[in-house]
Amino acid sequence: MISIDNINIELGEFSLRDINLTIEKNEFFILMGPTGAGKTVLLEAMAGLIPVNSGHISISDRDITRLPPEKRGVTIVYQDYSLFPHLTVHDNITYGLHFHKVPRGEAKKRFDRLVDDLNLSHLLQRLPTNLSGGENQRIALARALIVNPEVLLLDEPLSALDPGFREDLRKGLKRLHENTDATFLMVTHDFSEALSLADRAAVMDGGRIKQVGGMKEIFQKPESTFVADFVGMKNLFAARFHDTKAVIDSLEIELGRSPENGPGYIAIRPEDAILSREKLTSSMRNSFKGRVTEIMDLGLFYEVGVAVEDVLFKSLITKSALFDLEVLEGSNIYLSFKSTAIHTF
Amino acid sequence: MIKKEPFFWITVSCGLVIMAFILIPLVQMLTAPSLSMLKETIQDKDVVRSIWLSIYTAGLAAVIAFVFGTPLAYILARSNFRGKHLVESIIDLPIVIPHPVVGIAILSVAGRGHWLGQIFSELGIRIMGSVTGIVVVLTFVGLPFYVNAVKSGFENIPPRLENVSRSLGASMFSTFARITFPLAWRSMLIGIIMCSARAISEFGAVVIVAYHPMIAPVLLYERFESYGLKYSQPVAVWLVSICLALFLILRILTLRNAKNS
Repeated sequence: MISIDNINIELGEFSLRDINLTIEKNEFFILMGPTGAGKTVLLEAMAGLIPVNSGHISISDRDITRLPPEKRGVTIVYQDYSLFPHLTVHDNITYGLHFHKVPRGEAKKRFDRLVDDLNLSHLLQRLPTNLSGGENQRIALARALIVNPEVLLLDEPLSALDPGFREDLRKGLKRLHENTDATFLMVTHDFSEALSLADRAAVMDGGRIKQVGGMKEIFQKPESTFVADFVGMKNLFAARFHDTKAVIDSLEIELGRSPENGPGYIAIRPEDAILSREKLTSSMRNSFKGRVTEIMDLGLFYEVGVAVEDVLFKSLITKSALFDLEVLEGSNIYLSFKSTAIHTF
Repeated sequence: MIKKEPFFWITVSCGLVIMAFILIPLVQMLTAPSLSMLKETIQDKDVVRSIWLSIYTAGLAAVIAFVFGTPLAYILARSNFRGKHLVESIIDLPIVIPHPVVGIAILSVAGRGHWLGQIFSELGIRIMGSVTGIVVVLTFVGLPFYVNAVKSGFENIPPRLENVSRSLGASMFSTFARITFPLAWRSMLIGIIMCSARAISEFGAVVIVAYHPMIAPVLLYERFESYGLKYSQPVAVWLVSICLALFLILRILTLRNAKNS
């Protein structure tokens, strides 16, 4: 178990404030946040590469706050791989074994298994300089895992790769995680990556942790406008509440429940806002007539802006749905969402 | 064919003027002495002694720069501290100070009037007119070239490589020995070449601190003063040729190793 206790770090103009996190042993935990949120700083502080000003970090009840990096049992994989350019792939992978007392048989077993798992056997005598990004990243993973670290830190390991490689390596990462006892802590910008790999995550911004929780919880129940915005809750409105209703300007929305502890915002994911030609009456408690104000091509999906009275909703639909519904700018359309899809905070 | 603009011809002609400016005097000097004069000169014991003294004092200066300058270059490349710019400017000072001033400055602490000079004389170390003095002067003028070359060499090594090495269990020392040094040694060699090249060409400061024993540039000057141009040229040819040959050998060695690794 990793426990991070009230960490504060001052780095010139940048600072990390009041960081508290508990990560279970062998968990796959994700750190998310915009650029400059302090994710890499937090990783490097855990690895002992940046000193902390106050607070404690412990791994399996061992306080490592003041230990040098080589005594922590924490290894790191950077986005740019950071392979040693003067060493062959084989020597890169086995580098850490020089400093750990591993019996020869055991070392060989680990090496063979990692080389096999990561499909590196044909590259062992090459230098990393001429290899592809995917190959380099697999070497970096093998190098970090061969010393059996308690914690593996991954700083956006997939973001520099081509999409094809990325998919492969994502599966590889998941398999590696299942095959080792190490706790994985990974920084990423990519939501689909986060959702497919991790159970829990933290969202950071401006050197603080904004929310910690299960992946689904963060996506569906953000606790602040920042997190809601960050996870793509495009329909985010300040609202007044009475009984089971939320009121935005003059638009009344049925929540189907009384919200707890005086919220101020409602949020609906754009994929939960459904468009139709006819008013939907079934389980949809909220169905409004609106006017299409904009259609934005997002590649695989279209984001449609629908103005209901003065409130602008965003709905995410497929190309075929756009075609079937004959959605045109300026045309009228019905926008509906279930009351259970409404998140209040 | 597209007609070249006047600007193109201006750049070309300026370039040619500079080439000529550098090469004509050098070629003239190198080709002036006859072969028999060159042969005679290299059999002159004073000449051989002075060239040898020049080479090994400059080499010693480079070794001292390597030993003391490498850690300093590393700190300057890796850390930011208050007064770093001041330290960097101090290191560059020997480059901008006029050479005779360097000699006078060193003599002024080496004499008995100064506490450093007192300590030296009690230890039996003589600066004035000694090989020690020559090495001190050459180190003084050569150091900045070594430190700057090696500093930029260290700066080119991503700190992340060292971070990864540490996190894999290597101590600071092992990280330096296994990662930083193998990646930086080429810049150290370039630093050594730059430092000794600068040292071997020093005249103004050395002539003040140690006229004797005579290093090659001082001997050159003396031959010129007493016998004239004709007798100083062969010495110059030998000095330049030997230095160029040494540097060429060093460069070839580094390039060959670069291909192997």
